[in-house]
Formats: sequence, C-alpha cells, structure tokens
Amino acid sequence: MSDQSSSRPSGFDRRAFMAGAAGSALMPMTARAAAQDASAPAAQDPSLPVEVTLRVNGKDKRLRIDARTTVLDALRDHLKLTGSKKGCDHGQCGACTVLIDDRRVVSCLTLALAAEGQEITTIEGLATDDRLHPMQQAFVDNDAFQCGYCTPGQIMSAVACVKEGHAGNEADIREYMSGNICRCAAYPNIVAAVKQAAPEIMKG
Amino acid sequence: MRPFSYQRATDPDMAVQALSAAAAANNPLTQATAQPLAGGTTLIDLMKLDVTRPTAIVDINPLAQAWSAIEPGSDGLRLGALAKMSDVAAHAEIQRNYPVIANSLKLAASAQLRNMATLGGNVMQRTRCSYFRDVSYENCNKRNPGSGCAAMDGVNRMHAVLGTSDQCIATYPGDFAQALIALDAVVEITGKGGTRSMSFAELHKAPGNSPDIETTLQPGELISAFSIPGRWPRSVYLKARDRQSYEFALSSAAIALDVQGGTIRDARVGLGGVATMPWRAREAEALLKGQKFDEALAQRVADAAFADARGRRHNSFKIALGKRVVARALQQAVTMEI
Repeated sequence: MSDQSSSRPSGFDRRAFMAGAAGSALMPMTARAAAQDASAPAAQDPSLPVEVTLRVNGKDKRLRIDARTTVLDALRDHLKLTGSKKGCDHGQCGACTVLIDDRRVVSCLTLALAAEGQEITTIEGLATDDRLHPMQQAFVDNDAFQCGYCTPGQIMSAVACVKEGHAGNEADIREYMSGNICRCAAYPNIVAAVKQAAPEIMKG
Repeated sequence: MRPFSYQRATDPDMAVQALSAAAAANNPLTQATAQPLAGGTTLIDLMKLDVTRPTAIVDINPLAQAWSAIEPGSDGLRLGALAKMSDVAAHAEIQRNYPVIANSLKLAASAQLRNMATLGGNVMQRTRCSYFRDVSYENCNKRNPGSGCAAMDGVNRMHAVLGTSDQCIATYPGDFAQALIALDAVVEITGKGGTRSMSFAELHKAPGNSPDIETTLQPGELISAFSIPGRWPRSVYLKARDRQSYEFALSSAAIALDVQGGTIRDARVGLGGVATMPWRAREAEALLKGQKFDEALAQRVADAAFADARGRRHNSFKIALGKRVVARALQQAVTMEI
C-alpha cells in the first residue's frame, strides 16, 4: 500500500479484487505517522505506524507499518510478494521460510522492524532473468509437490540446506528439511529434488 | 497481537534501562510488561497466542556483536547468550569436546528455528503445555495464578513426572538446558549493577506454589553468557520423541562421563522431557562414580534417576521410557569412541 516501487498488474486480478472486496486493504494508510527521529533510541508510540526500510531481493522497500507486522505480512500484504506462504503463522510449518542474510528463517516469527538492515531473499528473488534456480528446476523435474502451498518454503529451505552442507545424503536431507511440513506428503520427491540440485548449487 | 512499542537496544546499559523502566510495577518476569526480543521464536509465538502480553519490546539483537562469541578454551567453554543454536551446534570444537551440547542443540526444533533462536532465549523458553498455550482454558496457574490447573485431570500425556507440584505439572521443554545443568554450567547475568554469575542450576525454579515464577531472574536482567568448566568429549544427548525429527522430547538424557581404565571417575546425568525444570539426577550420578560399567549398574542408575517420579493418568509411561533412555544413553557414552 505504501510501496511506491512495485507496479500493480493491469486488468483484472483475482488477488487485487479479493483485497479490494475485503474493504480497506487497498486504502492508503492515513498520514498520521509519527515524526520519527531516526537517531533517537526512544520507543515508538504503538498507536502510530512506523517507517521501516526492508531490503528484499536486492531492492530497498520503504514501508509504513504497524510495529506488530511480521516479515511475512510485510512481504505478502504490503509488498505483494505472495510467494511466501502463511501456513500456521506460529513457526511450526515452514511455509513462510525466507533467507535473511543468507540464513533460512521463518518469516512469520520475525518482526519486520527487527529485519531492517538485513538482506531478505524470497522465492521471487531466486530465479535469474528467465532461468529458474536449480532448486526450482529440480522441484519441477522431480514432481516434488502436489498442491504446491508448501513449495516456496520448501525450496527456500532446500537452497539453504544445500549451502549449509546438510544435503550430502538422504538421511541428512530428511533431518535438515524437517522444519518444512508437506500436507500432501511429497517427501520422497522433495528429497530427490534436493539431491538433484545439490551438486549444481555447490558448484556455484 | 496486542500493541507494543518497539525499541532497539544498541548497548547493554540501554537494554537493562529499558527493561527495568517498567519493572517496579511488574513481578514476576514472565508477566513483565517489557520483554527482551532475541530470536523471537518463543516470544512472538506466545504474543500471537495472547499468552504473553508485553507493551514494550526491547530488541537486544544489536548486542550480538558483543554477546555471541563461541570461545572454547583449555579450561572450559564460554558461550555468548546471543549465539545462535545452529552456529554452536555446527562448531567443530564443540562437536569434538562437548558432543552433549552440540547434539542437544542439533536435535532441537528445526533448522530455521535454530538459525533464529539464541542460547539465552533457548533456556528461557516457556513450557509447551497445551493448557498454558491456549488462553481459552481458564485454569492455568502459570498464566493466571490461583486459577487451577487444567492439566492435572486433563490429557497430561506430555506432562512432567519429576519436580511437579499440586499447582503445576507443565514440562520444561528445552534440550540445551539439560546439557548445561549436567556440565555444572555457570550463567552470567547482566543487570542494573553490572554482571553477576551463578550456577545454571540456580536459574530455574520448580513450580511449587507459584508456577508463574519460572526463574530467579529479575525484570531488567539479561543472560549474557554461559561458562562450562572442563571438557567432556565422552558425552551424549539422547532424545526419545513421537517423531524422529522436529519434536519436543518425551524423555531425554544428557550424559557426560570421565572414564579412566574402565572406571567411571566422574559422571553427570541430566534429564529432559520429564521434569518441570532442567533436571540433574545427582543420586544417579553418585551410583556411577568409582564403578565399572555394566548393564546392571545402568539399570540401578536409571531406577535412581526416577525414584521420586510421580506419574499421572496419561504420562506414567514416561517413567519406564525415561529409565530406558538413561540406560541406553549411558551405554552409548561408555562405548563411544573419543
């Protein structure tokens, strides 16, 4: 809503329609923001929106948000980056996994304010130009999903899993991917996808 | 989630100041209106559940520069409280000289959560008691002091058999704390008057008549480091749970042994998943010292560890399971190659 850098898709858009139909979601936030002094350590007034700059997929995004906003909600509701999914919203399912400073974390338990100054990478930032990231390609090649809802989190987690050096064998992959739940139980194919992509990712 | 003010603490004094500001009106720590934010994996979760209701969040992550060192030395190990679980678990020297620590961390939570959660926050994590976590249950002495305990006559399969009281049977959920208590760790606390140290065993309190008071920390105090004396290459953390990965312990054992010429010189036994607080089984340790290991001894040690255990309707199996976990962990520790 306050993100000037993202372009809205033209024409009919299901998500925009639903958000509009839901009421105030697309309304501009009233400009009663606190005049924040960036250097002041004082706590902000919780009844006022806070300005924060998040670096997402290599671009700085300036937002005006409620202090309670998580990185997940900032991505989905404010930046329209809806690839990261909200499953449990309590850090249990892994669907919201993103990389922050190259480490996989659950974005639903990360406050956006606490992530300022860090590099956030989402599923939208993985492909280069028109070329899928090797892990994305491996998920396609191995049919590593059914409904697809957990897939962005699985892929982000899998990329980190490989880079951490925890994808050397199937037992390790299963152990270190256990934070990503797949309700469709596509686990064997997910393991196969991680195995396929690992050498290519390690090659760089 | 209820509204809160957010503040970043860029040095320890600022953090202590901000956390102490509201302290006078607040007791105990679990109900303090100002809460420190480290990894956030417990705090943000409990705030979403409306179990924890701070009005001020003090983000202490900027202190990580000073408080996250992993320092193995010749006479012991020092761990900064803001070190991440994943970094400590992956540290080669900790894997070699303190496998009980490395494995207690590696077997906890998920890779994502271990990347977020800090050591200090980990030992302060709250119980997973489902009656505590769900505010629709009115009766929880931990959440609403004096309201009763829904777990006593509820589904208490996951609950504690050691250290319980007639007020609370909630299990302390952590793994790392069992390694710390077994290894005689010292916890360094930073507060208004500077830093103080105490035995890690003095940090947590049994529920007794006040389950809402979980530690001896005061509002405005922060854990800044842990120190572990000596080296314990012959040590294991064995965790039995309902799933193979990403699950809290039904029963776990942190075992550290010093064996010379087949004789056990020193022995440490910590128990997880079965007690209301980090648990050290000193009676069990006493039986091991000066002995040569065999299966009969392991059985006696396991029996001693659970001598005071009291099961309830759904969790008595933890006593039998816990004894087997202790016996098997001892076996693993004795036979491991170091």
